[in-house]
Amino acid sequence: MSNTLQETQDISEIVNRGLKKRYRSEFMFRFYGVVSILFAVVFLLVFFSSIISKGYSAFTQGELNMKIYLNEEVIDPDRLRDEEEIRYANFDKLVLDSLKTYFPEVSSRKERKELKSLVSSGTSLRLQSMVLNDYSLIGQEIDIWVRLDSDIDMYLKGNIDVSLDESQRRISDNQVRWVQELQEQNLISQNFNSTLFTAGDSREPELAGVLGALVGSFFMLIITFIVAFPLGVAAAIYLEEFAPKNRFIDFVEVNINNLAAVPSIIYGLLGLAVFINFFGMPRSAPLVGGLVLALMTFPVIIIASRAALQSVPPSITDAALGVGASKIQTVFDHVFPLALPGMLTGSIIGMARALGESAPLLMIGMVAFVVDVPTSPLDSSAALPVQVYLWADAPERGFVERTSAAILVLLFFLLLMNSTAIWLRNKFETKW
Amino acid sequence: MSISLFLISIIFLGFLSFFWGKRKALLLKNTESLHSLPRYYGYYSLAWFAAPSLLIIFLWLLFSESFVTNQVISLLPESIRALSPNEITLRMNDVKNLAAGNLIAGESFIGLEQAAANYNRITKLVQDIAIYSSLVLSLALFIFSYRSISGTLRARNKVEKIISNLLLVSATVAIFATAGILLSVLFEAIRFFQIISFDDFLFGLTWSPQMAIREDQVGSSGLFGAIPLFAGTALISLISLTVAVPVGLMTAIYLSEYAPSKVRSYTKPMLEILSGIPTVVYGFFAAITLAPFIRDFGVTIGLDIASESALGVGLVMGIMIIPLVSSLSDDVISAVPQAMRDGSYGLGATKSETIKKVIIPAALPGIVGGILLAASRAIGETMIVVMAAGLSARLSFNPIDAVTTVTVQIVTLLVGDQEFDSPKTLAAFALGLTLFVVTLALNFYALKIVRKYREQYE
Repeated sequence: MSNTLQETQDISEIVNRGLKKRYRSEFMFRFYGVVSILFAVVFLLVFFSSIISKGYSAFTQGELNMKIYLNEEVIDPDRLRDEEEIRYANFDKLVLDSLKTYFPEVSSRKERKELKSLVSSGTSLRLQSMVLNDYSLIGQEIDIWVRLDSDIDMYLKGNIDVSLDESQRRISDNQVRWVQELQEQNLISQNFNSTLFTAGDSREPELAGVLGALVGSFFMLIITFIVAFPLGVAAAIYLEEFAPKNRFIDFVEVNINNLAAVPSIIYGLLGLAVFINFFGMPRSAPLVGGLVLALMTFPVIIIASRAALQSVPPSITDAALGVGASKIQTVFDHVFPLALPGMLTGSIIGMARALGESAPLLMIGMVAFVVDVPTSPLDSSAALPVQVYLWADAPERGFVERTSAAILVLLFFLLLMNSTAIWLRNKFETKW
Repeated sequence: MSISLFLISIIFLGFLSFFWGKRKALLLKNTESLHSLPRYYGYYSLAWFAAPSLLIIFLWLLFSESFVTNQVISLLPESIRALSPNEITLRMNDVKNLAAGNLIAGESFIGLEQAAANYNRITKLVQDIAIYSSLVLSLALFIFSYRSISGTLRARNKVEKIISNLLLVSATVAIFATAGILLSVLFEAIRFFQIISFDDFLFGLTWSPQMAIREDQVGSSGLFGAIPLFAGTALISLISLTVAVPVGLMTAIYLSEYAPSKVRSYTKPMLEILSGIPTVVYGFFAAITLAPFIRDFGVTIGLDIASESALGVGLVMGIMIIPLVSSLSDDVISAVPQAMRDGSYGLGATKSETIKKVIIPAALPGIVGGILLAASRAIGETMIVVMAAGLSARLSFNPIDAVTTVTVQIVTLLVGDQEFDSPKTLAAFALGLTLFVVTLALNFYALKIVRKYREQYE
């Protein structure tokens, strides 16, 4: 008797001795869990603050308030008002003359060049189109804000270290001095960078915008939706409501599961080999991009639509069949309308994925440098994520902030689509 | 007739055919009883009207361009047709540009204007044939169907038959897509293996896909040994998995076993954000923010870390995969029956002991399946490596070296100017085939494991 008591005491002794260690390991395990979540949280914070801190400055652009005298002697010396003549007039000279009024001491060729490159090389084009639109401006002095050159803008935003030797930075000592003088006269200010949203791509950072890429992505998503949504929903309805249980259907299911997991770049190879080389569709066109993305989104839509169909309670089907509806009528008049919000939610999330996808687009030539904003799905165009890729590769310092800004635009649209999906789900979700 | 006008008229006539069919049925209803509801007669005529138009538009979209191009080539002067296919393609690009009204830079060839005119003429001709034939056929079939409408016509059954066939066709698109992927990659890969032997590709140790421009050039016959690429892919995937698996697994365990519901409701959307960030953005982050940081860090501890090191790329890729690992593990962990947990608690085990000794062993097959899926995702990931990993193929397993991957090489080989017969371009498809086969095998195996695991506890 005392023996067993002794044993019990021994065992609880052992257990008690181990308890501290076990509790500590319990605590550590829990701690690891918290650490891994914190790891993800910290990454997200670093990630977003890095992108935002790099990108927010791209939404403003340094501009110089200039008074430019549109000298008739330069623009149209013969006073013929001939469009061709005016088109080839030396607008650069007008810009330089205007700048010289602030710095009359500039004389040497090198200094003139430096002075001229204070403002964007797009300025003379802008003057040209202003004059071509309105001949009455000739001979007048106009007062406009012109964009500064990207390097000067970078200096104003503090991205160029002026303490370095002159040969090691992109702007010269003269330029720094001039800019400081102009700043003292309050002629320079940071204005909203509307070009970012109204222009296509450009080699000059201060003239580059995301509109072309945005429109290209928009065309692609439209095509993706038109192709993938009806197909995906129809396939889901068939598999969920009509498919017999046989080997063929199993095979279809295996294919769908695999398609959902095929790397996106392989879809690009498919697009290149089939759509472009075999069917001769145009390269770099949103049409081809849309078709490739449609193939990628197709399995996603099927999977989401099947889940939505499954969530419709069988009592609905039973009731419809019970009052004499045919199988097709039941599905299309009763089950489908109830499942539609769920299908749309899933599809929008799939489309948001497609919007952020760029690897297959590289394969079908959407990396081309396209300045014009596309007007149809057959025009050459970039896409938003591809624009990010292109700008990230560009050597100019000014493109770093623009890349981040393009990312912010992209993330904004992703957020918009996903919140639409969530809104749809909350608004139409029925709890059975 | 322009295409937009044609499309508008087709849609308009389609509506009209529906309403006429329905109207006839409604009129018939006064004299005899109908088999189906009137709208089904409308659908019936619509189906007959739309079928030929859709079919012809579809064929025209697919084949018109290549047909016209071939016709124009056959009309080109003899001297140009004798050129190599690549040269002809270049000439044809000029022709198409001129035909579209663009200016041609530089000199081209004699007969260019003629060819461009031919191009426009044949395009127009094909378009007219497609438009008018589809209109005539559609109308004819509509009239036929309209006349056949009667009270005894089993319109609903016929329409439903059409609908269910359409549904079946949509489901089989998945098969066509897979077959399309396989065939397109396979054909080009076979052409590649006719030039470069299979063994050289799969077991060669040097990858330098530069082809000789001149016949007598030294040392640039192009070496297509893919081992360095496979090694680089494996290294980066391995690094990413060492980040993603512990973090993802612990996140899943903490969320499903420990976390109060409030923490869960904040953490889950955060993981969704992580999985929703486009890969090109991860790539930008890896290249612009993380890589310089890691390099500077290496300098302070006296290590020479390449600015395109596998470490930085793998780290970011691992973070990208965390949500995938965590959601798959979450699924399998919550599938473990509560009874097993209760049994373990009843024996006096703590929560972490239960997780470590009961739940994880029980969920192991599912977790392994999830890790395999994550691996296949890492192997196929493109944008992060394209933006942040190296370009030169180098056989190294050192994580601080710059290595390249299969996907990076596919992109480098195919982006930019390419000629479509050189082994350099075809090599991309051979790499694509390898990638496809490997990821397919991984996915197939992983899904099988996961399914088997689910059945075990159902």
